Amino acid sequence: MTWADSFRTAYEAILARRMRSVLTMLGILIGIAAVMLTVGLGQGAQERVASAINALGSNLLIVTPGSTTSSSGFRGGQGSATTLTVGDADMLADPAIAPDVAAVAPASTSNQALAAGSETWTSSVVGTTPAWLAVRARTVTDGRFFTEADLAAGNPVAVLGSTTAGELFSGNPIGQTVTVNRAQFTVIGVLDTQGTSSSTNLDDQVVVPMTTYSSRISTSTNPEAVSQIYLQAKDQKSLSAAYQEVTSALSTSHGVTADNADFTLSSQQSLVETATNTEHVLTVLLGGIAAISLLVGGIGVMNIMLVSVTERIREIGLRKALGATPSVILRQFLLEAGLLGLTGGVLGLAVGYAGAAVLPNLISQPVTISALSAVGALVVSLAIGLVAGVYPAQRAARLAPIDALRSE
Amino acid sequence: MSTVSLDDLTEPQAPDEGQAAAEPPPILELIDVRKTYATGAVEVGALRGIDLVVAEGDYLAVMGPSGSGKSTLMHILGCLDVPTSGTYRLAGVDVGVMDEEDLADVRNRRVGFVFQQFNLLPALTAQRNVELPLVYARVPRAERRRRATEALERVGLGDRLDHRPGELSGGQQQRVSVARALVTDPDLVLADEPTGNLDTASTLDVLSLFAELHQQGRTIVLITHERDVARQAGRTVLIRDGHLYHSHEEEVAATEALAATTRIPLWEHPDEVER
Repeated sequence: MTWADSFRTAYEAILARRMRSVLTMLGILIGIAAVMLTVGLGQGAQERVASAINALGSNLLIVTPGSTTSSSGFRGGQGSATTLTVGDADMLADPAIAPDVAAVAPASTSNQALAAGSETWTSSVVGTTPAWLAVRARTVTDGRFFTEADLAAGNPVAVLGSTTAGELFSGNPIGQTVTVNRAQFTVIGVLDTQGTSSSTNLDDQVVVPMTTYSSRISTSTNPEAVSQIYLQAKDQKSLSAAYQEVTSALSTSHGVTADNADFTLSSQQSLVETATNTEHVLTVLLGGIAAISLLVGGIGVMNIMLVSVTERIREIGLRKALGATPSVILRQFLLEAGLLGLTGGVLGLAVGYAGAAVLPNLISQPVTISALSAVGALVVSLAIGLVAGVYPAQRAARLAPIDALRSE
Repeated sequence: MSTVSLDDLTEPQAPDEGQAAAEPPPILELIDVRKTYATGAVEVGALRGIDLVVAEGDYLAVMGPSGSGKSTLMHILGCLDVPTSGTYRLAGVDVGVMDEEDLADVRNRRVGFVFQQFNLLPALTAQRNVELPLVYARVPRAERRRRATEALERVGLGDRLDHRPGELSGGQQQRVSVARALVTDPDLVLADEPTGNLDTASTLDVLSLFAELHQQGRTIVLITHERDVARQAGRTVLIRDGHLYHSHEEEVAATEALAATTRIPLWEHPDEVER
């Protein structure tokens, strides 16, 4: 018997018992769809976190004061200390010290009450340098960003996030005045819309020149202190070199070692890894539960194949009498089981894709189904069918033709 | 134990080693074939030493009541089972030593089966049922179709190619099954109670088909318990209690010999004795 004939026979056998075949496939279908959706949900969540972090800027390194890795008695909370200064930023901007760093933007951040006319709003105010725009990979949709001249002169100009602008002004905010901590600022630009990163709304902020921030907003006793230094590496490849340079430059100038470092340097990669770790564990757990349902589907295939062999003993006997060898019978039943599994898998894939399209609208969680997991689902469903078919197929192949023919 | 020696046989040709090179071997050759089944601790002898030779073109009927070993003999003749001891040659090939894969091949190429229950696959058309042995012989589909069509035309069902078994009468179904037996051009057509499930008209229909095949030179072994059916064959052997008798007289003699030792009248069906 040729493979084509074996395939045809298996296909016809499945078609001849339509209801039963559909129900059997349903087990595989549900299992495959469940695995794909749980894994897809996990991947979607991970990707969302990753893209949110990537939205912070490209090839970004972030230095924050304080250290969480200190092994000395006192552990400064990350970001709580005031050990980073504008001087550090200036030093890192020196190509002789950190050749792989393309741009540096120190930033000080605090929450401030804003007012414009009768509208009030509370938002995060960032004092920084013009490099901030490039380092954070932002653009200005209306108006302009502040310049080095604004920075040098300490001009009272402000660039608003789109949300902030919408809350404070009903019309065009450019040229309007916003009051921050009793100081008056002229709005010169509005940032592009980016959405939420983790817990921070990137569209709800006010960006002002660092000099103006120090003189008119900051309540800090040390006007030189900054809360972050954003660094942009030259490209993806120089990211780790830049990491090394920044670490050693800061350690040297602060007179610290890795053990008692008073700063923390994080890269996008490390941020992504930390943020997605929890998601990953959850995905594995849920995927495992879904895989159990797939296993149950496989047992369903085996069960139905055993019933099928018992039911078709006479047919098997006849086929053997007409010249079917045990290996041909084995192949036929294995193919049938494999086909049941694979068809269930294909349908499960379709349901998975449909779920991935519908689910985000219902639970506002992105679902990502990669090509790899789609191919994997098909391979797994075929393998489950084949494995489930081995025992029933062997039983069919070993039936003695006379016993098979004799049965009523 | 059979009391029959090879010398008593009435076949046109007794096996003879000296002639074997010149003459084609007989289609069937059984030498002291025995089959015992172990049921628990007791061994039951279903066949107790069968000697039988069937030449090419023979039409042989094997008669016997149920439980006589008839079915066991049919299974061995059809290579569905192997003897416990003794030699069985089919077209000169010793099939007693073959494994399951080789036996399947022999069944496929050399034996055409006709069953009492027809054993057609209900989901397939007449044509596809007839094609089935060719499928296992790996014959390409186009040729399969052609040969199946020819076989069905030969049994007078050229206009029923696309009918499923459920749409055919019993006699027609058995004709399909005869076509299936013929399609591989086998050495032997083995029919097990082919008329057992048929009414009188269909029985005559199928028997006339067998007669026709016999005239065309087919070797046919027909197993039946009906004397009217057996009478159609050119030659009849009787099987009883695992022994084969080549004539009615032999059987009577054997029975009387047995009755003499036990002094119990064993003959329960006198009507079967009269011929």
